[in-house]
Amino acid sequence: MSSLPKSRPMLLASLDRRSWTFLATLLAAGIIVPVANLAVEPGHAAHLPSYAVALMGKYLTYALLALSVDLIWGYCGILSLGHGAFFALGGYAMGMHLMREIGPRGVYADPVLPDFMVFLNWKELPWFWWGFDMFWFACLMVLLVPGLLAFVFGWFAFRSRVTGVYLSIITQAMTYALMLAFFRNDMGFGGNNGLTDFKDVLGFDLQSDTTRAGLFVFSALALAAGYVVCRVITTSRAGKVLIAVRDAESRTRFLGYRVEHYKLFVFVVSAMMAGLAGALYVPQVGIINPGEFSPANSIEIVIWVAVGGRGTLIGAAVGALTINGLKTVFTSVAPNEWLFALGGIFILVTLFMPRGILGEWDVLKARHAAEKRERIATGLRRMRAAAAEGAHLTSAVEAAE
Amino acid sequence: MTASGTALYLDGVSVTFDGFKAINELSLVLRPGEMRAIIGPNGAGKTTMMDIITGKTRPDRGQVIFDGEVDLTRLDETDIARLGIGRKFQKPTVFETHSVEDNILLALAGKRGVFATLGARLSGDEARRVDRILRLIRLDGRRKEIAGALSHGQKQWLEIGMLLAQNPKVLLVDEPAAGMTDAETMETADLLKEIAGEHTVVVVEHDMEFVRALGVKVTVLHEGSVLAEGSIDHVSADQRVIDVYLGR
Repeated sequence: MSSLPKSRPMLLASLDRRSWTFLATLLAAGIIVPVANLAVEPGHAAHLPSYAVALMGKYLTYALLALSVDLIWGYCGILSLGHGAFFALGGYAMGMHLMREIGPRGVYADPVLPDFMVFLNWKELPWFWWGFDMFWFACLMVLLVPGLLAFVFGWFAFRSRVTGVYLSIITQAMTYALMLAFFRNDMGFGGNNGLTDFKDVLGFDLQSDTTRAGLFVFSALALAAGYVVCRVITTSRAGKVLIAVRDAESRTRFLGYRVEHYKLFVFVVSAMMAGLAGALYVPQVGIINPGEFSPANSIEIVIWVAVGGRGTLIGAAVGALTINGLKTVFTSVAPNEWLFALGGIFILVTLFMPRGILGEWDVLKARHAAEKRERIATGLRRMRAAAAEGAHLTSAVEAAE
Repeated sequence: MTASGTALYLDGVSVTFDGFKAINELSLVLRPGEMRAIIGPNGAGKTTMMDIITGKTRPDRGQVIFDGEVDLTRLDETDIARLGIGRKFQKPTVFETHSVEDNILLALAGKRGVFATLGARLSGDEARRVDRILRLIRLDGRRKEIAGALSHGQKQWLEIGMLLAQNPKVLLVDEPAAGMTDAETMETADLLKEIAGEHTVVVVEHDMEFVRALGVKVTVLHEGSVLAEGSIDHVSADQRVIDVYLGR
């Protein structure tokens, strides 16, 4: 008889107990946070201030971003040091819609052109801004633009077998090049200042508490959906191939797998997830500018994943939330020392917790389970010995009688 | 001599690395179902020859024909693997973090596309094939363990098992007995003999005892070309072979 697992519906089979705990936690947060903000009176101990809701919503988008990096780095060995680019592109796509939605309420009151274009004396909307007045179109672009860039980039990189540190360097170059391009005013994305002064989304005021709570809920849902997608991929047979590529790429190739197709697939999925994260980030922080493309941002994402535990998915989310939580606390206490603290954390984690928070937790748990088995086995041996001794004594007594 | 009716046909193959002729006018013909041992001192071009056959290295000149008709010099590793040429590396290369059974499962002949594997489920037939191979390579009892936990010899066996799972027409086996105990070496020879017949097998090996145990035709490579060919007794009596191995 085979002991390989029986087939179950893919979606359910991909979720283990820890997955359900994670999803349940997200669901709980998605209910408790809006309630504590909207339904509980200010001044009450359980009241959550609005700024905290926006802050936590932002963290959830970071967690989704970290998840996207863990999918390629943790499971396929692709270390992208430019994933912030996909996040920023998703953010710009959403920002462009929010700009169009301002309409005549801008400073220059032009019904079509955003303020910065009027300021630059442009007469009409550039072609690449067409369609962004429609929400559905913007949402499509949030996924398509990062996905397409990842496809083209990945197509050339993976086909030419650029791997390891060389790939990391060119991803870094990619995000840096995009940053420089977006800084230019004549690119048509607001240059240095980026896109800002958003008023509302789908008619809901972005400054209102209910809209912010709604964005928080959507961020939690997006994180949950992203997690489930990653689980389905990584627990499928394709997921096993990805790990095979990570561990022994040429072996995988000699088995007849088209390694570059697998890398391309997972890279595109990851870029789209990062784009979605960016799209949810922008309305919550109210601005998107070329600084989001900065290489330092992309490196920070990798630190989140390393701290949380590479190749664990949930660890990536935990790492993003932990580091950003610390960052918020730290920057209010000692703002100038934060970067030193971040560097310190990274070094300490690399030295003492190389598997990250979740990875080390798993090791501890496995060790604990092994000790427990050992204790039970020792107990059993002792009982057997005692029983044998007893039997021996009984027979000795019987013989004496 | 033509390529038709052969399993593998190499004619006048040469490749140069930075002026060094790794393979020089190499010609080699294998019949379907034949097992051949390739021996030769270090640097004789044994591994480079395997690289050429499997598409890792492109020859500068010469013909490499598979199955009597397919020109291998135009294809890459994946295409060649899919045609039915399997390869075992010199250093055992298995997927260390996958379980033993998953290693075999990934190697099983079947659909290899991203979307096919994304929706793939384990079929009863696949489970039976995995079971059969695990029994054959004597790793049935350790199927759930990760491959990284296996001993060196067991990894060699696992990799041979993966080759079998691939069910290729031609197997290229690079030093299968390296790092094995004498008993394991003999068992490996038996296993390879079992495989030959159904598959065409090329074994590269240093260990003369092992080659003797295989009892097949031997090709001696030296400086990238064939020095001698024949039975083990025949080639080991050849003065040139003795000079290459011992003299210099």
